[in-house]
Amino acid sequence: MKAVVTVTPKKSVLDPQGAAVAQALAHHGLENIGKVRIGKSIEIELPAGTIDEARLHQLCRDFLSNPVIEDYTFEIVA
Amino acid sequence: MPDPAITPEVIAKHGITPEEYARIQQILGRDPNFTELGVFSVMWSEHCSYKNSKLELKKFPTTGPRVLVKAGEENAGVIDIGDGWAIAFKMESHNHPSAVEPFQGAATGVGGIIRDIFTMGARPVFSLNSLRFGPITDDSAEARTNRRLFAGVVAGISHYGNCIGIPTIGGEVYFDESYAGNPLVNVLNLGILRHDQIARGGAVGIGNPVFYVGAETGRDGLAGAAFASRELTEESKEDRPAVQVGDPFREKLLLEACLELLASGCVAGIQDMGAAGLTCSTCETASRGGTGVEIELDLVPKREDGMTPYEILLSESQERMLVIVKKGQEQTVRDIFEKWDLPYALVGEVKDDGMMRVRHGGQTVVEIPARQLADEAPLYAREAAEKTADFADFAEELSKILSAPSASSAVQKSLVALLADPSIASKRWVWRQYDHMVRLGAAVLPGSDAAVFHVREADKFLAASADCNAIYCRQDPREGARIAVAECCRNLACSGATPLALTDNLNFGNPHKPENFLQLREAVEGMAEACRVFDTPVTGGNVSLYNESPVAAIDPTPTVAVVGLIADPAHITTSAFKQAGDVIILLGDLVENTPAQGMGASHYLKVLHGRKAGSPPALDYDRELALHNALRALIAAGLVRSAHDCSEGGLAVAVAESCLAATPALGASISHLPSSSSGTTSPLVTLFNESQSRVVISVRPENLDATLFQLQQLGVPATRLGEVTSGDTLEISAGPETYRWPLADLHRAWADTIGTLMEG
Amino acid sequence: MRFAVLQFPGSNCDQDAVAAVRSFPGASADLVWHKTNSLAGFDAVIVPGGFSYGDYLRCGAIAQFSPILAAVKEFAAQGGPVLGICNGFQILCESGLLPGALVRNRDLHFLCEHIHLRVETTATPFTKNARPGQVLRIPIAHGEGNYVCDDATLAELENNGQIAFRYTDATGATTEAANPNGSRAHIAGIRNAAGNVLGLMPHPERACDALLGSTDGRVLFESILSS
Repeated sequence: MKAVVTVTPKKSVLDPQGAAVAQALAHHGLENIGKVRIGKSIEIELPAGTIDEARLHQLCRDFLSNPVIEDYTFEIVA
Repeated sequence: MPDPAITPEVIAKHGITPEEYARIQQILGRDPNFTELGVFSVMWSEHCSYKNSKLELKKFPTTGPRVLVKAGEENAGVIDIGDGWAIAFKMESHNHPSAVEPFQGAATGVGGIIRDIFTMGARPVFSLNSLRFGPITDDSAEARTNRRLFAGVVAGISHYGNCIGIPTIGGEVYFDESYAGNPLVNVLNLGILRHDQIARGGAVGIGNPVFYVGAETGRDGLAGAAFASRELTEESKEDRPAVQVGDPFREKLLLEACLELLASGCVAGIQDMGAAGLTCSTCETASRGGTGVEIELDLVPKREDGMTPYEILLSESQERMLVIVKKGQEQTVRDIFEKWDLPYALVGEVKDDGMMRVRHGGQTVVEIPARQLADEAPLYAREAAEKTADFADFAEELSKILSAPSASSAVQKSLVALLADPSIASKRWVWRQYDHMVRLGAAVLPGSDAAVFHVREADKFLAASADCNAIYCRQDPREGARIAVAECCRNLACSGATPLALTDNLNFGNPHKPENFLQLREAVEGMAEACRVFDTPVTGGNVSLYNESPVAAIDPTPTVAVVGLIADPAHITTSAFKQAGDVIILLGDLVENTPAQGMGASHYLKVLHGRKAGSPPALDYDRELALHNALRALIAAGLVRSAHDCSEGGLAVAVAESCLAATPALGASISHLPSSSSGTTSPLVTLFNESQSRVVISVRPENLDATLFQLQQLGVPATRLGEVTSGDTLEISAGPETYRWPLADLHRAWADTIGTLMEG
Repeated sequence: MRFAVLQFPGSNCDQDAVAAVRSFPGASADLVWHKTNSLAGFDAVIVPGGFSYGDYLRCGAIAQFSPILAAVKEFAAQGGPVLGICNGFQILCESGLLPGALVRNRDLHFLCEHIHLRVETTATPFTKNARPGQVLRIPIAHGEGNYVCDDATLAELENNGQIAFRYTDATGATTEAANPNGSRAHIAGIRNAAGNVLGLMPHPERACDALLGSTDGRVLFESILSS
């Protein structure tokens, strides 16, 4: 079992990295692109059958993401 | 979505009092709309208007023969340093944003002060900072939070400063329970310019086009200026505005583009968008220029869709500037900003009617007389409490502590404990994260009394130091503020520099509480007096009020930073002992002649006894000035090998630090402490008192007589203390006892404490 | 000898490199904007430190696509000396002119301090005046200087004598404590197989003036100037 946590900058928060990459992509000829946002993906291997989703939400909120500037989602994969 | 109706609740939520609202109605001759209310609320916040502190700030000296631009006139004061060169420098706080999000809060603080400097036409050359956090030493949840804030702030400063390529060359870091939950992040930036390069922030020239340059506007830090002017409560953590995120890369481009633009000669006026963003820059440029400015919000580059005029005007998105361009030279702006891949837009025009007028969607959404908005915020003389300081019980407490049976054996452990106190311990863990060497100017690395920087383009050597002992200020704000200025100037003298000017950051609690306002007034008056004595006019600075955690107000912290000039690189002096055999001399008295014996408000009492008690040491201006002049004279005569001022922890800590600052560390043998003082005085007092106007120097043995002779001529008391040794111990004889500390033990306490706490 | 010092958006050691070069008799330096596509007239190229494009995505990743990089590749292919310092080293790795990559420092912090490095090869135009095994005291200032490469690449670097500098202590010993960032095999700098392209994380331009605490970086510039 694995939890894959995706942390991204909040929609309303400036993402300088995403903006710089968007500009570079445009220089490479990828025209008319919208916003680029860069986050992180965190894979956590978990012992099978022990997922406590409420606990995972808490860890995502309090530790893996910074709720002031970031959102997170996670999915459990086999 | 229609604007909310203007109800008393809405007005109150904007931090506007009923009296202020009546004033707004009077200025406009009508009720403001919702956007205008927002505009007034940020412009009349303490952060922008200094409405609670301005009457006090007027007490500062701001003029002098070297002052080219006075404090308050523009974004930062400008000081002549000779040969046609000048410096612009200023300190600013980002306390509240750093409490909410330490990394971005500190980073955007650095970005903001750098913009203030290049707005003046100066190239930023170095930064300095003064940071305060709650205790980090134990395993409590509170200490963990403080460590997280400390680590985040340092990383944020490092991120922004390193990326933009402006060295962070020094500063100070203190830890005290009064800053738990309300850290202080005060950042200074200094820039260099030619006299003829001074840029002004006035919207001059009717009909001149107004350009918006730099990053797009988003919903960042909405109403942050108003936010900074409120206390931090539990709710404000939830209710926090969208945090501003700094982009040092963008700012680097903006910096280069703006300096290129200014050099082209096409700029009539320039102003950065800091707190209150577009609002502040629009009405302030109009007010300074004695003109009006009209802008069209539809033309402003935006990062998000559907932003309302209220949001656009109050956004605190970073890395933006407003530029008033000489008519006909618009193409220069376009060429330069296209070269640097930065957004720009022609958004408005300078008008002759004195109004700040904002249009959006074909309608006028704001129409306010600019001068009244920018410069005529109501000023308040807040109520100050009566002075109540009473230190009558202190002498008794002190004698109890000193006469305890263990007092003598306490000396041994006290020095180690003081060196391991995070406020005194080496800050290498901090400054190795800052690129302090970029721009090839760091002539004295962080950790000495003052940072010394070679400004290559001007071939000038500048020294800078930031200081404030907040325990002194807590016990006696007036004396504490006087000492902060004196200590800063003393640090410069130790480095071989002559002070030029001063910037300050006044960090205090809620001014509506009379006890807090008393602290502010006392500190300002003390600082103003000291500035006159040391001939350091104030170039500007920042006031940060409402620094209160859910528990209590912070200790009053009027941080000061002084910049000085070193005439000749041969005069650059550091705190580290240089060579075994050199003679160690104390300039100044061993102990001040008062009942408190320089032990009041000392770090010894705080660290060893958990007490912030007693009156701070007394400052005598004549002695202090004589000391500085003597130091500079001895240094110029080539007599001084090292110089280090006695501050927190007193003489023993000063000597130990001079030993440990040497690479590799050198020992010392202090064998000549006069028996008269050590006979009747507890060794704890002799070694750890914080009496003012004292410096430990070392000289070559062959220069000892000449040094002592010159000191006698200059009227500075001097005591030969002992010698620098090549041994691996620090040895101090005080009274009948001789104390010995292996340097390795002292080094571990001093050098490793912060790193170990932070890295685990 | 005429040096080109490349200037990317976000370069911040470009002026320092120019100042250092100009402190040597017979050397001149000019800034070359990244949108330029020719290096005609230059005898040597310095890719300076800084944070090109903010170091966003990966350090040096975006800069490799600037027009000037094509000119640098051509210049290098013709045997011209190219020196990449810090971010410049990262750019040279990202653009394939040098093997390997630079990742975050072992303890995750940006580190700015004087360190020691040992000269491992004098068969480059940048180290020919140094003594083999000479220990230099030069500052580092980076957050991502931890050199990584696969086993095959490391073997190749070792066999070809392409490792130019290793982190050591003051005596020249490669101790773990003397490796500031966790770099594989203590690597501080490498050269290409031909020897004319060199990248290193430490900043030799910051060690050219006694006032700043060390002049050990001068040997790199003296070497190029005497070649």
